[in-house]
Amino acid sequence: MAAPDFFKPRQLLALGTATAPVLVAAMGVTMIILCRQIDISIGSQFALCSVFIGLAAQKGGGPLELVALAMGVGGVMGAVNGVLVAGVGLPSIVVTLATMATWRESLRWWREGEFVRNLPETFQWFGASQMTGQWLVITAGIMVLGCMVMITQFTAGGRFMYAVGSDPEAARLAGIRPMWVTFSVFVSAGALTGLAAVLNAVRFTDVDPKTGTGLEMQAIAAAVVGGVSVAGGRGRVLGVFAGVLLLACVGPGLVFLNLPAQWERAIQGGIILLAVASDGLGGGRPRRLREQHEEKKRR
Amino acid sequence: MNDSVLDLRSISKSFQGVQALREVSFDLKAGEVHALLGENGAGKSTLIKVITGAHSPDEGEIRVNGHKVERLDPGMARRLGIAAIYQQPALFADLSVSENIALALEAPAPFRRIRWGGRRAAAARLLRRVGARIDPDAFVCELSMPEQQLVEIARVLGTGARVLIMDEPTASLTPGEVSALQEAIRVLKQDGVGFVYISHRLPEVFELADRITVLRDGTSVGTFHAASLDESDLIRRMVGRDLSAEYPGACKHTGPVRLEVRDVGCVASGVPKVSFQLRSGEIVGLSGLVGAGRTELARVLFGITPPDSGQILVDGNEVRIVSPRSAAAAGICYLPEDRRRHGIVLEMSLLVNISLAIHDKVFPRGWILEDAERRLASRFVGELGIKCAGVEALAGSLSGGNQQKVALARWLAADPKVLILDEPTQGVDVGAKREIHRLIRSLADRGMAVLMISSDLPEVIGMSDRILVMRGGCLMGEFAREEATSDGVMSAALGKGGEAC
Repeated sequence: MAAPDFFKPRQLLALGTATAPVLVAAMGVTMIILCRQIDISIGSQFALCSVFIGLAAQKGGGPLELVALAMGVGGVMGAVNGVLVAGVGLPSIVVTLATMATWRESLRWWREGEFVRNLPETFQWFGASQMTGQWLVITAGIMVLGCMVMITQFTAGGRFMYAVGSDPEAARLAGIRPMWVTFSVFVSAGALTGLAAVLNAVRFTDVDPKTGTGLEMQAIAAAVVGGVSVAGGRGRVLGVFAGVLLLACVGPGLVFLNLPAQWERAIQGGIILLAVASDGLGGGRPRRLREQHEEKKRR
Repeated sequence: MNDSVLDLRSISKSFQGVQALREVSFDLKAGEVHALLGENGAGKSTLIKVITGAHSPDEGEIRVNGHKVERLDPGMARRLGIAAIYQQPALFADLSVSENIALALEAPAPFRRIRWGGRRAAAARLLRRVGARIDPDAFVCELSMPEQQLVEIARVLGTGARVLIMDEPTASLTPGEVSALQEAIRVLKQDGVGFVYISHRLPEVFELADRITVLRDGTSVGTFHAASLDESDLIRRMVGRDLSAEYPGACKHTGPVRLEVRDVGCVASGVPKVSFQLRSGEIVGLSGLVGAGRTELARVLFGITPPDSGQILVDGNEVRIVSPRSAAAAGICYLPEDRRRHGIVLEMSLLVNISLAIHDKVFPRGWILEDAERRLASRFVGELGIKCAGVEALAGSLSGGNQQKVALARWLAADPKVLILDEPTQGVDVGAKREIHRLIRSLADRGMAVLMISSDLPEVIGMSDRILVMRGGCLMGEFAREEATSDGVMSAALGKGGEAC
């Protein structure tokens, strides 16, 4: 192997801990993309949730309370997106672009860029040792992954997401309520983003209000690399897991291979392009632009 | 016949063994309106596609302006002055009228300067020629449907078209708009433009056409001078064949009323007020022309465009229908016309498609029970004779008839009380058609009430215990099985005798 240090347990543990929040956020975005929508506001949701849990921790909130608070706040922000997209019928890219800016700017106005400091001892790593904390974070990520696999493959709700993403009108005629499905998916994604914020925040001793910038792009990229079709209705959660891991390994991989770190973004971009060109690693059938075009014409 | 601008001789064309046209001859003189009539599937569209170069005929020859054309392709047809106008104008809605016209006239040169004045003048000149008072600067999306059609005519005239094919141009027009369009056609006739005119509205045809060619089952029944025929002659020539032999028998016994529709209307979708009843065990055919409001009525009953007035009763109990979901819950199911678009989800497997509408029933707790689902799908695959590689096959990979059976299976699994079928055999080959017919009958025998919308007249007459005829959003006639004749149904659908809705 070119860099044996990379595979040392401690390095892997750190990598896994840093990746778990991205994985959890990507799960939410995956559901949204499966429904043929998009959410680019999760980075801002993430930041807002992080600050909230920081302040709550200062007031002495316990781990479970923090998780509930973060998922609640995230869920409410997701619901705002959901109402505007599913209820009012606005395009999700525009809605989430607006909420992305709104959350981020209101946070800046409120906190004026100030870090949340003086967090209690019990905050970092849930008050446990670093090792235990890292394992807790990773376990939480894996549990979310497991739940998502179950939901998408073995529940009616998951089935409805795929149906709505494939063809909202056909789904409606089959007695499914696409509006309700879309709304629920936005709320769930918001809640998952909140959970991701907790898993991220406990790694540090203070909360940076600028955290989560670019998270939405990481999550969307992971979903796309994992074979989720941006046109909706196709893709697997396990593929997204692979996508998250692959993209997460690029940065540390470069460091351990003693290559310049500034190549990270470029290599990630290359991976995304490759994945889209072969329509994903997750085993989706290739669907070329021309095919889509013909389908549109037929309709 | 040297003055013919277009002359087709003994054209034959088949698709995968299906003979669409058999030795059809057709000619068009300059300054003439030649109507082309026939039932759905008689070969009109194929003939038009041969004329516009979209299909090349297997046999026969095409002459344009007296010269034989060897290989007619769409580009060549355009250069020879052949143009077609369809029901839905193919214009760019967000561009102005003059831009739309200019796009057809000017040679494409990406960086050439646009002379707006010249464009506007050219557009105005062409619009005057068709007698249209339309501002060249208006945006197409602001124009009414007939105005758009006039713009489209102006556009094709600008390209020097001498042969204009109009496919059901008046299907979506009001009577006043129709006469405006007819006026434009008369003006252009004076200029020597020849029209191939397709319409299901016979009075209109008699008003406009000089000659009429009738197609039936891909052969030409003959070409007649319009003055030498009346409507009943024409209908007999269009339909003229023995119908019922190949259909399953009549209903054995009708049960109680399953669906009662009282004064149901939906203003937005153009269904003013409709009342009828369906009985258990009965197949009721809903006939009418394209645009008569049959699909609109079905969509109202299934809650796609929910009714805004009237009552719907299922088994004597009033139900409130606000969405497809509530309609399905009330026991009303609908097999939509465009199954590829709405009937099934093409990207999902057959298995999922069949259980999609009945998740609440088979998976009461929300968990998918794969065994139960597989059993269910296998049962229907066997029962309906769906030909597939397995229940995991994607719905999109099946043939048309089998897709239709999957769509049907979905609703059978839901076990509805009332089944509304919209063009259940459209685009389905003959063998599968028979199977679907038998299936529909056996469903009715099990106690469902079936409402079958079909444009295929023999099918309606052969299948139905009762036939309702719609025109202009209203029910205009009812025929019992015994008294249904194709002439009678067709006349009611066409509005012969002239009573208005």
